[in-house]
Parts: sequence; C-alpha cells; structure tokens
Amino acid sequence: MSGNSKFEAHRCPNGHLSYPGHPRCPECAEPQDETVDLTDRTAEVVTWTTSTATPPGVRQPNHIAIVEFDVDGDSVRAIGQLTTDGVEIGDEVRPIYADELRDPDAGIREKASQEWDGYRFEPVE
Amino acid sequence: MERVAIIGASMTQFGQRDAWIRELLAEAGEACLDDAGVSPLDLDHLYVSNMASGEFEGQTGVPNALAHDLGALPAYTQRIDQTSSSGGAGIYAAWQSVASGASDLTLLVGGEKMTHETTAEATDVIASLTHPVEYKHGLTLPSFAGLTARRYLHEYDAPRESLAKVAVKNHRNGVDNPHAQFRKEVDVETVMESPIVADPLRLYDFCPITDGSAALLFCPESEAKQYTDEYTVVSGIGGATDTHVVHERDDPTVMGAAVESSELAYNMAEREPEDIDVAELHDMFTILEFLQSEAVGFFEQGEGWKAVEEGVTDRDGDLPINTSGGLKSKGHPLGASGVAQAYELHQQLLGNAGKRQVDAEVALACNVGGFGNCVITTIMEQA
Ligand SMILES: [Zn+2]
Repeated sequence: MSGNSKFEAHRCPNGHLSYPGHPRCPECAEPQDETVDLTDRTAEVVTWTTSTATPPGVRQPNHIAIVEFDVDGDSVRAIGQLTTDGVEIGDEVRPIYADELRDPDAGIREKASQEWDGYRFEPVE
Repeated sequence: MERVAIIGASMTQFGQRDAWIRELLAEAGEACLDDAGVSPLDLDHLYVSNMASGEFEGQTGVPNALAHDLGALPAYTQRIDQTSSSGGAGIYAAWQSVASGASDLTLLVGGEKMTHETTAEATDVIASLTHPVEYKHGLTLPSFAGLTARRYLHEYDAPRESLAKVAVKNHRNGVDNPHAQFRKEVDVETVMESPIVADPLRLYDFCPITDGSAALLFCPESEAKQYTDEYTVVSGIGGATDTHVVHERDDPTVMGAAVESSELAYNMAEREPEDIDVAELHDMFTILEFLQSEAVGFFEQGEGWKAVEEGVTDRDGDLPINTSGGLKSKGHPLGASGVAQAYELHQQLLGNAGKRQVDAEVALACNVGGFGNCVITTIMEQA
C-alpha cells in the first residue's frame, strides 16, 4: 500500500474539520463531504515528545509531534513523526512525504489492513 | 432502582508470575468466593475482564474456561474488553446484571498475563488499540503520555518535579501493600535521573508490565446480609467514551470521558466531589493522576499538581489518592486493574486495609482505557 497516502482534512456540510476523516462528522454526525489537502500548508507544533521505548519496526528514538493547521480561519490538528529533534512548542513545520514510516512486517497489526506511508513534519527555516 | 452490594473481594499477587491466564483467573475467582463463603454453583453470571489473552497467549474463550475450572456451570458467561478499563467496564456490566434483576449473584474476575512478552512486544499489543494514522507513526500509549505531559507543564507552569512526586507518593503507599509488584520507596532524584522513555517522562513515570488478577462478587443490597455482615455498596457508576484519535480532542489536557463518566456516577450516587474520602485513580502514567484528579472534580483544571506538591493526596492528607500504591507501584495487569482498584476501596471502606487504612465512608475509582478513550467512574460506600 506504499505511495498512496493522502494527507487531507475532511469537512462536513456544517464546516467542521477533522483529520483523519470519519464516515460521520465527530462534532455534528453529518456525513463528511469535502476534503482539504494539507500537504502544501504549514502547521504549528502544539506539543512534542521523543519516544525511546519503541515497538518492533519503529525507529528509535522516535520524535513525534501534534501539530495544528490553520485552514481558512478554522484549525485542524494532526499527529506524526518529526524529521529531527530540537523542535519546540510553537515552531512552524511542513509535511514531508515518507514512503514507509515503520516496518509493516514487524508489528502486531496486519500489513494489508492499513497504509504505512505518510507525512513527517520538518521545521520551516 | 435497588443498589448493588459487593459481598466478596480478592486480588492475587501482582508482578511477574509463572501462572498463565486461566490459572490467574481461577486463583482470584476461588479466593473471592471463599471470602464471601459462597459456592460457585450458586452463581447466576460470571464475567471476565480481559483485554488481550488471545494476542498475549493464544488463549481465547476465557470466561468459558473459568466457569468450568471454578465449577460454576451453568452460569451465564461473557468477556468484557474495554482495553485497560476492562476491569471498570466489568464492574459496570456486573452492576447492570444485578440492578436489572437478570442475576442475583454475579462474579467478576479481571486478569491479564503479560510479562512473558518483551516490553517492546507488550507495548505493541497495547498500541494496537490506536487508529491507523497513529499506529503507522509508531505511537504508543507512553508517547501519548509524553505529548500530554509536555503540554500540561507548558500550559499550567507546573514543575517537572511535581510529576515525580506522584511516583514518590504512590511508591510510598505501595510499600504497605503485600500484593504490589514494587514495594520500595523512591525519591524525587531517582525519578528525575531515571532514563527518558517519552520526553519529558522518565522510567519512573510509568507503571510496569504485570501479571495478576482480582475479583469481586455482587448481589442485590437487600440480599447481602444473608451472605455476610462485611459488604460495601456501589452507589454510583458511569461510563463514557472520548475520541479514538487522541489529537482530535479540543484540549489535550482535559480527559473528557473522565469528566462525563464521573458526572454520571455522582448523579446516581447523589454525591459531589467534596463527599469523596479516598480515591483510586488510573496512574498508568504520573500525568494521568493530575488529569483525572481534575476531571473528576477534586481540583480545578491545571491545579492537580499543586495538591500533590502540598501533600493533599498523601495517605495522611485531606484526600488520599492511590493508597494501594496505584498502578505505578502495584502494577497494571490490564484487565485486572479496574477490579483491583475496587478491591482496595472495598478494604478501605470495611476498615480492613491494615497499615494503608484511612478514614473513609465514600470512595471513588476512575479506570481509564486507551489514553482516556474509555473511562469508567465508580462510587462505593459503606453499607
Ligand atoms: Zn460537522
């Protein structure tokens, strides 16, 4: 399933955004009917951690952040690996594609059940 | 609606055990029936709280196995999985079975066998509860704790040492718990110098991986006296669910499902946070004790850390929290933990807690699944 991952927020008719998408909007339960591409936008770091006790197939250490995108005045958050350490709360980052975020053959989850590529976050200079 | 009584309780030694899941469940189940002096043949329902016996051990169908091993046939059985709040969810199910009149005698046994796996493998079994967009980035429950702790310290100007003091307090309490996995005191320096696991959290901010089980026996309050004079009452219980995807919560420092489940429990019990004399909170990570103590209304948002600094939650403080040692020192066999919280409160309310005894008539347990994804709050009282 490599190379297929989109990085999109999903929007319902009432304007609520979520990432990832859901069959029904988590806020108002209407079906989501629109997507917003996040790959060319920048986001602000809400919080971060460096995980040193990682599961099978995950890089060690694993730098991770929750980030917040501004989409036309509305905010939507995402989570993902950082390309580097030394990132702080409030820093600006941008998505960078990675074709394999962890080894799909090493963990407990069935390889075919989900995607393994996606977007890391890189500090904007 | 008639209240539900707890007429028997037990827990096994927590820690690294040679026993497998079937033996662990039978050990707590037998001890609980013996505690109440009840025959397994009299059970109407038998519930097992367990997250992952299939994934950990390749043994499924554990309620059926336990019913046969205990001699409880033909009692109705079911397994309750709500990840690490399976124990609290089991209390909810057992309460429902008795309160509805479907069962006059329900035995609940919670247990997990984990330590035969490496830490990395066990962490991955638990991380399998995450959403695919989390799992592919290698998110683990400890990494959610690191993310949340950093945000909490940032937002409320709490010192890193305040988290260490949760570990120090709960280890101190665990010294006097004969069933606890760790019975040794630690100091703030030891916690602060232990290896980083999920920055800013260190090894001593995390509960260990544990084998063990615990059990409770339930009947209608009106029938409790025919079994025993020593019983407690479930006066309120509530359960609630938060987002599956952790970053989709409005405020990462608020455990919404703990807020909502505790409101339900307080309403049912006709109690308020001020009425609680002792509590067991789900301190899988030190930060979770702050978040829950605020979510269930003991302290204002962002103030939970001050209570720990000021000794309010110490065993001799105004509101003792985790007199058992908590998950932190007692250990965290997933399906057993919520049941073991109620075991501790049962002993406290009956005056049977030995050196851990505090003065308590009303008690609260908060059991958390995932990273606050599912929460059960239970209020227990003296009969
Ligand atoms: Zn909506």
